[in-house]
Amino acid sequence: MDRDNLPLLRVLEVSRDFDVSRPWLNRLLEGTQRQLLRAVDGVSLAVNRGETLALVGESGCGKSTVARLIVGLHAASQGRIEFDGIDLAAPGAQALRRRMQMIFQDPYASLNPRWRVRDIVAEPIRVLKLAASEHEVAARVAELLRQVGLVAEDGEKYPHEFSGGQRQRISIARALSGNPEFLVCDEPTSALDVSVQAQILNLMTDLQRGLGLTYLFISHNLAVVSHIADRVGVMYLGRLVELANAEDLFVQPLHPYTRMLLDAIPDLEMSGKARTPVAGEVPNPLDPPAGCAFHPRCPHANARCRRERPQVIVQGDAVVACHAVEERRL
Amino acid sequence: MAVAPGWWRRAWDHDLAWSFRHSPVTIVAALLTLACFGAAIFAPWLAPHDPFDLASLNLGDAFAPPAWSAGGQARFPLGTDDQGRDVLSTIMHGARISLGVGLAAVAFSALLGVSLGLLSGYVGGRLDAFIMRVADIQLSFPAILIALLVDGVARVALPRETHDSIAIPVLIFSIGISGWVQYARTVRGSTLVEKNREYVQAARVIGRSRFAIMLHHVLPNVMGPVLVIGTIHVGTAIITEATLSFLGVGLPPTQPSLGTLIRVGNDFLFSGEWWITVFPGLALIVLVLSVNLLGDWLRDALNPKLR
Repeated sequence: MDRDNLPLLRVLEVSRDFDVSRPWLNRLLEGTQRQLLRAVDGVSLAVNRGETLALVGESGCGKSTVARLIVGLHAASQGRIEFDGIDLAAPGAQALRRRMQMIFQDPYASLNPRWRVRDIVAEPIRVLKLAASEHEVAARVAELLRQVGLVAEDGEKYPHEFSGGQRQRISIARALSGNPEFLVCDEPTSALDVSVQAQILNLMTDLQRGLGLTYLFISHNLAVVSHIADRVGVMYLGRLVELANAEDLFVQPLHPYTRMLLDAIPDLEMSGKARTPVAGEVPNPLDPPAGCAFHPRCPHANARCRRERPQVIVQGDAVVACHAVEERRL
Repeated sequence: MAVAPGWWRRAWDHDLAWSFRHSPVTIVAALLTLACFGAAIFAPWLAPHDPFDLASLNLGDAFAPPAWSAGGQARFPLGTDDQGRDVLSTIMHGARISLGVGLAAVAFSALLGVSLGLLSGYVGGRLDAFIMRVADIQLSFPAILIALLVDGVARVALPRETHDSIAIPVLIFSIGISGWVQYARTVRGSTLVEKNREYVQAARVIGRSRFAIMLHHVLPNVMGPVLVIGTIHVGTAIITEATLSFLGVGLPPTQPSLGTLIRVGNDFLFSGEWWITVFPGLALIVLVLSVNLLGDWLRDALNPKLR
């Protein structure tokens, strides 16, 4: 198969455990065991070149952990991640990481407050040695700042002189300065005002078109996701429950959890119409329910759902992990 | 970069400058500190006599009282000591040594403490546990005891004839080693906060090494409190040096610091020559008090919770 038709990024059965046990001495005295929290549980997905894949879910569902696993801020406990067909954990694969960058959630924490903007944006250029001279670095920084809608003179300022939206533009400029092909965006707009969110999203779509970028877009905001995503993955308690094209998912969601999420979107035209409220709480991830993780909140759950963990099944263009869908009860 | 026009205006309007202008105690303390530093640094040129020039000393001048009391001479404003040395000049030269040792000890402490704190906080794990347990153990001893111990060990380990010539480096080392814990703990605390912030993660994604991240990203963001601790520590270090010298394990009478002067003068206190010990003592009090007041002001001015 042609290399260009392969997905740019493949995540294969990846899990990540965090050790949340008490300190060693407490465990010894209290006689408790080590405690592991499985933040990501057997997630598989593929991101194609030039597309935007969005991951959505409630807080604590593991979507940010997936982002951090991909860029290498965490190591996977199980499974592997392939970039351009090469295992990222393989020796010598560090060079591949240069081709991906990350945009963070909080524009107030993601820029070093003691650095000038020009140094922040230039850091990847200097570290990856992408420019021959300081003069070239300065020219590239000015170009990047203009590209994200700032002016070259802004480089002399410090981050605290900018608003949240402008800071996020600086973050994007920094991410772009290493010439990446793949950007992991961890809730890049959730700390911003609604009006600024739209500007940043438009900037990101323009950049994607102009530079041929591939995005993995993490968000809990379905309105934002419907605006930017080509395909959408829905996560629940560390598991991927549904992955489908954005149009299909928003029109005809398969998994009961996805339906519940979509029902929760406020819609001015639907005022007065009866809606299914989001019922129940997310279970404690330290002690996930047996079988399907969603069964305590699911209106369609039966004995099999409580017992047996659903496998991912292909349903047209979509994949979904649900017994009810598989049994055509839904 | 060229200095932007109006930088003086901006400095004047800065929060720190504002708080400085509105604290008369701080202004007085700053002036006194400046005076002490000036007198100490320029002692060889400002002092009326050279107390180390044996040729100019005359035992006939010994035990002259201060100029304003009966039998005082205008040549010796604060009187002379048992060898006919001018007390004012010895104080100025002594303050020079005290300040030098104090500042160098603080610099050494800060360098050691900041490095260990940064490593401890950023690397974590066993290294963190080890460094912090050593710090805990050291904290259970008074700083002066540590300094005495290090000084004593150095005296036994080094040949006798080198004692006087290396007295100053040994003193700086022993005072410095007794004070690093405070820096390390403060820096470790701030580092633990900073290392989880997203700008550090961004640098990791770019692929920078641990060392580069610690040095270029974390360090500039944890240095604020170090400045405050350092300023207050200068006073403590000068006092520690004076105590060691007073106890006779610090600087020899050939290189007298304020502490040595107080010790030497102390022998004559009961025979009536009070000025030999009282004036160096007063100089020590003024120096340490003004530096401490400056440090306290800096701590409060930089603490957003107290604004």
